[in-house]
Amino acid sequence: MTKTLNPSGDTILKVEDLRTYFPTRTGVFKAVDGVSFELQRGKTLCVVGESGSGKSVTARSILQIVDKPGQIEGGSILLTRADGSKTDLARLDPRGRDIRGIRGKEIAMIFQEPMSSLSPVHRIGTQIGETLRIHFGIRGNEQRARVLELLKQVEIPRPETAIDRYTFEFSGGMRQRVMIAMALACNPSVLIADEPTTALDVTTQAEILDLIKKLQQSHGMAVLFITHDMGVVAEIADEVLVMYRGKVMEKGPVDQIFHAPQDDYTRRLIGSVVKLEKKAEVRVRRAEMPTETPPLLEVKNLSLTFASGLKAVDDVSLAVRPGETLGIVGESGSGKTTMGRCLLRIYDPQSGTIDYRRTDGRTLDIRTADNATLKDIRREVRMIFQDPVGSLSPRKTVGQIIAEPLKLAGMKGSERDDRVAHLMRQVGLEPAWRERYPHAFSGGQRQRIGIARAIAVNPRLIVADEATSALDVSLRSQMLDLMMQLQDEMGLSYVFISHDMSVIRYMCDRVAVMYRGRIVEAGETDRVVNDPSHDYTRALLSAIPHPDPRSRRIHNRFRYEPAVKRAQFQPMDKS
Amino acid sequence: MTDITHLPPDTGPSFDLAGKDIAAAGQWRLFWLKFKKHKIALVSLVVIIFMYLVAAFADFIAPFDPNATNARFTYAPPQGLSLMHEGAFRPHVDQLRMTLNTESMRREFTPDPARPVPVGFFVKAPQPYHLLGFIPMETKLFGMIDPKPGDSMYIFGADRLGRDIFSRVVHGAKISLSIGLVGVFMSLILGVTIGGVSGFFGGWVDLAIQRVIELLRSIPTIPLWMGLAAAIPVGWPPLRTYFVITLIVSLIGWTSLAREVRGKFLSLRSEDFVIAARLDGMSEIGIIFNHLVPSFMSHIIATLTLAIPSMILAETALSFLGIGLQPPIISWGVLLQEAQNIRAVAQAPWLLFTPAAAIVISVLALNFLGDGLRDAADPYEDVS
Repeated sequence: MTKTLNPSGDTILKVEDLRTYFPTRTGVFKAVDGVSFELQRGKTLCVVGESGSGKSVTARSILQIVDKPGQIEGGSILLTRADGSKTDLARLDPRGRDIRGIRGKEIAMIFQEPMSSLSPVHRIGTQIGETLRIHFGIRGNEQRARVLELLKQVEIPRPETAIDRYTFEFSGGMRQRVMIAMALACNPSVLIADEPTTALDVTTQAEILDLIKKLQQSHGMAVLFITHDMGVVAEIADEVLVMYRGKVMEKGPVDQIFHAPQDDYTRRLIGSVVKLEKKAEVRVRRAEMPTETPPLLEVKNLSLTFASGLKAVDDVSLAVRPGETLGIVGESGSGKTTMGRCLLRIYDPQSGTIDYRRTDGRTLDIRTADNATLKDIRREVRMIFQDPVGSLSPRKTVGQIIAEPLKLAGMKGSERDDRVAHLMRQVGLEPAWRERYPHAFSGGQRQRIGIARAIAVNPRLIVADEATSALDVSLRSQMLDLMMQLQDEMGLSYVFISHDMSVIRYMCDRVAVMYRGRIVEAGETDRVVNDPSHDYTRALLSAIPHPDPRSRRIHNRFRYEPAVKRAQFQPMDKS
Repeated sequence: MTDITHLPPDTGPSFDLAGKDIAAAGQWRLFWLKFKKHKIALVSLVVIIFMYLVAAFADFIAPFDPNATNARFTYAPPQGLSLMHEGAFRPHVDQLRMTLNTESMRREFTPDPARPVPVGFFVKAPQPYHLLGFIPMETKLFGMIDPKPGDSMYIFGADRLGRDIFSRVVHGAKISLSIGLVGVFMSLILGVTIGGVSGFFGGWVDLAIQRVIELLRSIPTIPLWMGLAAAIPVGWPPLRTYFVITLIVSLIGWTSLAREVRGKFLSLRSEDFVIAARLDGMSEIGIIFNHLVPSFMSHIIATLTLAIPSMILAETALSFLGIGLQPPIISWGVLLQEAQNIRAVAQAPWLLFTPAAAIVISVLALNFLGDGLRDAADPYEDVS
């Protein structure tokens, strides 16, 4: 597998004035509009941008795998081989033999979702071997030996048994390793990675980033890395290309992008990332919370075991004080969403208590409450959902959606209409938009609608389940600021569930770290972030990419090895 | 995990691009916009509407009484319509001259161009009739102007009793197209109720219902229908027989619908917006009618449209076998039954092809329409 390493720095791929358009009913959508960049051997170019900025289409254009009806309208993609020969990929027939010979062999690609990029019906050895067979005609034992070698390179444990396993038997991180092994099979000179770590947990992400870096160095590949996460960019990039609406906003060395951005958009993007790196201004300024007030919600020894035998919530105890935000942080499968849903009795926990303090000072156990009481409590304890698309009925107007809890609470006529208009203004939406349907709104606006619905009946506690995860980073802080503003106006308490430490740090007063259904550590956010006491918390914190290229840290991060060996075949998380 | 849904950036609301009307377009508007893109379905919709109009106004459109016999014109062939006569615009058919072929002992008809039978629109009906059963009428859409003895106008030929095939097919549409509707309507009620119960209650109720459905679907349909149809007393009035036949053909139809409804129920129950409604304090019944039913209504309409052709074919099959509707009721199946023998096919192929063409056209059109509706059933895939 060794290759003569050319000195790094010579250009392998040169893209000039690339234009990829999608003809639509109403006109031409310019997904990629005049993008130019160069990829150099042994270097990593990060393409960064928010969703819809055209970064994925750029990558797909290079391999001519743009989805229909999009097509390359102009520009050139010049591939220079080691022997000096050159090919313009933009001129090749997308179905022709020439481009197929380049795909996988000279330019390989890995995708965001390792589950859907791998075939579920073939053993992984066969899938990796297929590339070898197509491009080099390697078969039989020789093929198997090569595949084993590749699996070793991507650090899959016990490659001899793993080679005969199926995709579903692997966890997300392991699947992405298989994808990388496939990409490396033919020793490509360029690796295109399209959001390869977005679907992964932060600790797994750190490992995959490590692996890509290591392989890049040993193979001398040029890497084109597409991501929306500025932290990842800061950790791995040599050069950065910032895209917005199909155009290149700024291009330059990573240090310049982060520390001396020239372009307005880049500056704003970096600004919104840096803003989430510390506690929110409004929270720093706020007076100390009284600590001796009786808790609004007190959960004790809560446990929920699903019918499958999975202990999703295991002996969890926590308390929420009036007016505070309690963060629940954990990776996928840690049980944080399930725990949040138990608080509203969407799931019925088997044991423990959820003591909720009513306005009159009496406490009441939500876990054992009857249906009538539950209905009352659900007016005081509300929920904000993660998915801004799925949580709003597409068949109702925004006005109807927000009015629904009011209607069910018995509010009628013009009073209700006024209240809806007031709520819409409160969350930053035009009341005139009430006749519109959710499909007319963007992700951030839909999440605002969800918030308006949650606060409609003047609740006291809101369980926000990954309320900002589906949003672009520039919108995240806006949404968090809105939630904090509402908290101060209405005296709300939040249980804020997230996998993202930065939003927790930005907004939460206290945080509980969940790991496999248990709370491993809880305390003041500042204390937990700066001086974690549990090893898992330490590992989690050190795996978070830091948006500053001058202090790269995930490569020498803290690794957590729990006493119970982490199961290799963990199920995918839905959230 | 971070989930990259490709949403438009927040800087400008997406409806600036899509146009203001899309923003406030409800479910059915979007449904229609998407359906309109399916050209074949759109054409089929027009065809279907046309056919049902023909069925509704059969008495007006059919030039003759479908049961009026004429011994003179048994197995008369179709008479071609000509527009010009002796250089002038005069729509007419040529009168048929009948000769008896003594060798084959068959009547042979030859058109006689010298003796045109003038035809026209809005002519006087042979007998007064009631349109739609209550409007007294004495006009037909078209027919012979001032018919004399020996004149005839068989556009698609005549059968063994000299009855006009065209009029019979037009009248057959009434039964054949409506049996699909009535049958589907009964399937709808059975399917939505049973499927809804199955999906809503779950547990052993669901288990029992699903096994019954499997049992019903495992029975070969033709023998089942034959068995049930054989149980209909011969002496029953035609209308009651018709009703029972629709019952029989819808017996199988509801099972697939029930499954569809149950599946939708189960998948929608775990949707976030349904959970949100429950947290808002909405009752289960309220959730069903406010959220679940509107969500699968469009799917049901599509499924129903696709079910009508199978109902039509079922009726045709039963009647063709002679165990469905019986003469004097006219349906396309009954008409086909008369074309069962080889003599009819060899000597008078129009007996077979005319009703068959009507069946093929209506079934195809309904299938295309159903396809278009199914594609449009979830208009939110593209928009959101």
